[in-house]
Amino acid sequence: MDARSEASLIESNATVPKTAALRTEWIETAALALAERAARPPAAAVPDTVTPERIREETGTSDPVGRDPIGQSVTRLEDLPLVRGQARFAADLSFPRSLHMRIVRSSVPHGRIASIDASAALALRGVVAVWTHHDVADIPCIPLREGKSAELDPYLQPILADGIVRYVGDPVAAVFATDPYLAEDAAERVIVDIESLPVITEATAPLGEFLPGLPSEPTIVRKGYGDVDAAFAQADLVVELELAIGRHSGVPLETRGAIGRYDASRDVLELHGAAKVPHRNRDALARMLGRSPHSIQLFELHVGGGFGVRGEIYPEDVLVLLAAMRLERPVKWIEDRYESLLATNQSREQLHRVRAAVRADGWVLAMDDEFFHDQGAYVRTHGDRVVDMTAGILPGPYVLPNYRVAGHYRLTNKTPAATYRAPGRFESTFVRERLFDAIAERLGMDPIELRRRNLIQPQQMPFPRGIDTISDTIVFDSGDYPLLLDKTLDALHWEDLKESLRQRRATGETVGAGLAYFVEKSGLGPADGVRISVDFTGAVEVVTGGASVGQGFETVVAQICASTLGVDYRRVRVIHGQTNRIQYGIGAHAGRATVMTGSATHNAALKVRAKALEMAASLLGASADQLSVVDGQVVYASGDVAGAGRTVSLGDIASALAPTAPARGGREPGLSAEGWYETHSMTYPYGVHVAVVKVDRDTGAPRVERFFVGYDVGRAVNPMLVEGQIVGGVAQGLGGALLEEFSYDERGEPLAVTFADYLLPTLADVPAVEVMLTEDAPSPLNPLGIKGAGEAGINGVGAAIAAAIDDAIGQPGAVTRLPVSPARLKALLRRRAS
Amino acid sequence: MKPVAFEYHSPHSLDEALATLARVAPLEGRVIAGGQSLVPAMAFRLVRPGHLVDINGIAGLDHLRVEADELVIGACVRHAIFHRPVVAGVLGRALTDIAAHVAHYPIRMRGTFCGSLAQADPASEWCLLAMTLGARMIVRSVRGERSIPAHAFFQGVMSTDIQPDELLTEVRIPLPHAQARIGFDEFSRRRGDFALAMALVQFDLLDGRMKAVRVGVGAVEATARRIEAAEQTLEGGMPTMDRFQAAARAAAQAVDPSDQPQVPAVYRRELVESCVRRALERALSATLPKLP
Repeated sequence: MDARSEASLIESNATVPKTAALRTEWIETAALALAERAARPPAAAVPDTVTPERIREETGTSDPVGRDPIGQSVTRLEDLPLVRGQARFAADLSFPRSLHMRIVRSSVPHGRIASIDASAALALRGVVAVWTHHDVADIPCIPLREGKSAELDPYLQPILADGIVRYVGDPVAAVFATDPYLAEDAAERVIVDIESLPVITEATAPLGEFLPGLPSEPTIVRKGYGDVDAAFAQADLVVELELAIGRHSGVPLETRGAIGRYDASRDVLELHGAAKVPHRNRDALARMLGRSPHSIQLFELHVGGGFGVRGEIYPEDVLVLLAAMRLERPVKWIEDRYESLLATNQSREQLHRVRAAVRADGWVLAMDDEFFHDQGAYVRTHGDRVVDMTAGILPGPYVLPNYRVAGHYRLTNKTPAATYRAPGRFESTFVRERLFDAIAERLGMDPIELRRRNLIQPQQMPFPRGIDTISDTIVFDSGDYPLLLDKTLDALHWEDLKESLRQRRATGETVGAGLAYFVEKSGLGPADGVRISVDFTGAVEVVTGGASVGQGFETVVAQICASTLGVDYRRVRVIHGQTNRIQYGIGAHAGRATVMTGSATHNAALKVRAKALEMAASLLGASADQLSVVDGQVVYASGDVAGAGRTVSLGDIASALAPTAPARGGREPGLSAEGWYETHSMTYPYGVHVAVVKVDRDTGAPRVERFFVGYDVGRAVNPMLVEGQIVGGVAQGLGGALLEEFSYDERGEPLAVTFADYLLPTLADVPAVEVMLTEDAPSPLNPLGIKGAGEAGINGVGAAIAAAIDDAIGQPGAVTRLPVSPARLKALLRRRAS
Repeated sequence: MKPVAFEYHSPHSLDEALATLARVAPLEGRVIAGGQSLVPAMAFRLVRPGHLVDINGIAGLDHLRVEADELVIGACVRHAIFHRPVVAGVLGRALTDIAAHVAHYPIRMRGTFCGSLAQADPASEWCLLAMTLGARMIVRSVRGERSIPAHAFFQGVMSTDIQPDELLTEVRIPLPHAQARIGFDEFSRRRGDFALAMALVQFDLLDGRMKAVRVGVGAVEATARRIEAAEQTLEGGMPTMDRFQAAARAAAQAVDPSDQPQVPAVYRRELVESCVRRALERALSATLPKLP
């Protein structure tokens, strides 16, 4: 791109902010990365990248079936419109006569609304309505989606603040106007008089009241097994730590957007811009608005990043639907960046007080943890699930015969929190692995040896953890934890690496390595279904209730369908996120999509294949067991039978199965089938993260030199996409470990409300991530052996980075809080010096 | 993040621009060149100009030339022009070093050198350059032309001596002597972020001794400024690591940073020390580029 077109690109920001801004950010990061790469020393310091392909070559795990699309790193079906600029994000969609909504938000972290005066706003020409809670009082609060709980219900968020504001950004009023500029002008003229109330800014602060009689701690999640007190009584050593994870979250480059439209001619209410869980949200919205789910349709557009935060029901989604009906015009709302950093779910903020009972030989007898989870101002759609998951997964890959945990779910006057990629796992891995590092230090034992002694052994699989989480009994389905540790250390030449770091430290460098082990979870059920049909051209359509948040969902589902059915994956069109096309859907969250929708696709494709073979047998005068499907053609499996060489295409079979086709006979019309997959247990992939970090002693700036992920995914449908998921996850993990923090001052004022203060990692901050995928422990729970991959990259980053920094600065246990900013690191170095 | 309504003017000559500016100055009129600071501030509604006078369409404002012993940089010269040395010797190289730290690539393609000075952000690299090297700012209005020395030009955080009806037409930077050395260093959390501290140093190396020493520190106080204590530590001495360290310490003690929870004053002083020392080391070690 020449300088002139670069410049005009920037100029165009003013007129097409969203797409141009995205593009600018991309160019910026790309340019930075190029500059950075150019500035890097030559490859000597960088070892060979371990790619899935290389692992396959070297371990001989390449797929035995030559042309099976499963296991191949095929290119993404999704990319064509994206790279051609033909994608349609929420802001790209406009309906005629639309109104634009602007939310008036509280500028006060906690207060009583004395009055709202909208008269000046309403006086502006083009302003159609201004709503406050009074106008929407008939609409219930946004309900829990996961884990129904009467004790959490009183803390749910109304779509407009009901007399009290509870965080800066709390929606107080909604302005509807004929253009977005006008809507923003009018929103400024809504005068909200708020009497301030005392604020709670820390989850560890003394309890307050949400409302009279409702404490700011709605629940405490308790779990455990064994006899923890007895274990501590017989321990040779007790190690105690206080550890904190900073408040940060998924920050999609595409902010949220919602377009509501009511079509009176069909009595259908439409929400465009849905993501993540369209079907579940349709049902919830139907209940809130008192409509039949059949009369509400949700449509997913392209999604510029989900990460768990996008696609939940927020006040704005409900407001555009309500306004579309009541104002009888389409209503569009596009979140701006400032709002996004105030209003979209935040996550992660926890403080743990954890202790371990340890025997002198390194056997960890018990872990006992009490933690405080900062939920922010309201209970949102996930209820206490992040606390529950933290408590459930904290023991990780270790046997830990005795365990006890109490998770305090606390409300504060900050933006409400919910799930962000690897919820509860980023946090708990940091806590557990910090604890194990501290134990090793106290025992004078190598931290890897300590881990090895406590890992669950392969012969113990399936391993019942002895606790439930998110209404599922935890049973680790398969795994060889010591093997992955060995493979990781081998791939890194661990002893050589440690020696070279020792030498560099001896010459004055501040550099070190750290490792973290974790168990992931994925494939939460209970059931998902798809419908597959083949048209007369042989093209295949898979209609799913899944969703795409950019992870490659279409490609992976197409690969599974293509593999089972016997077609080119490029002939498979995958429908997702359209609630009018299929009745049920599980969406895309919690590492579910490939496991659940993928397995359902496999089951449906088996049925279509059987039907195709049966029909073809009739057309060819063969028996079905002589036939196979290859590349969309039914062929004889063997050349040695009469008639071999004759073929019939899937398209022709579909024609023969048309309702009017005589050849159909008594068969059900259509070359199509529905398939379901049900499971009552999650599947548990696992991984190891290793970081090498160098610290600038003068400035405290950490620099991540290497990041390695070893991960057992059970079976990789598309290794390239798995690797992509992992690399992206690592980048976000580095954000949470080193850069990103939604900080608040002591009065509850948010301090990170722009990208100048909320620091996302750029490519210059992320090393070339090394990924080693293994398939040593396929899941026995689903037909393809699949485990989830979406959260593998982020899970252990905080823990591994913390350990590497400790090692670099020669202060074991120094990092007790994330993110580790240069200022905090410099303070550690200063402490050491004095 | 939509700006409030404003009236847009696109003059084609300097005279027309100055006349327009004189007319709209009392009506919250503002000049826009690159707009890389102004437009985001407008989107946040932090600034609400009633009128924007766009100077991009005026021919001849993007001049960049050496006149006598000064480098003259016109109002519409973009940061990106400094990606390669624009003038022979240490100054050209220093400008290139510094430009790499000015925000990000797309911003450098559009934002202007003079715009940075007019904006007067405490963390502006170019403001530090102007203060340290003793630049002169030329402003014009229908009332005439003024030349303002840097120390009188910068008045505080985002505050300068430019009057509402005046346009900063060019900046004049004195060319360093042939024996001069210049070094720059800054620290920011990520590449392209606003700096937490930065330092620019210049000295003449005569017979192995440092003369006419200038040490400037930016991003730490309301405006960038020269640090006399550090300059005196170096003046007339030989460039040794110990002396550099002493000067860096002197600078760290001389500055008066604000104490913020995220960036405590003690940390800011440590950064100043690091930046000054590294800028001095760079001044000494850097080789001069060949001009194309």
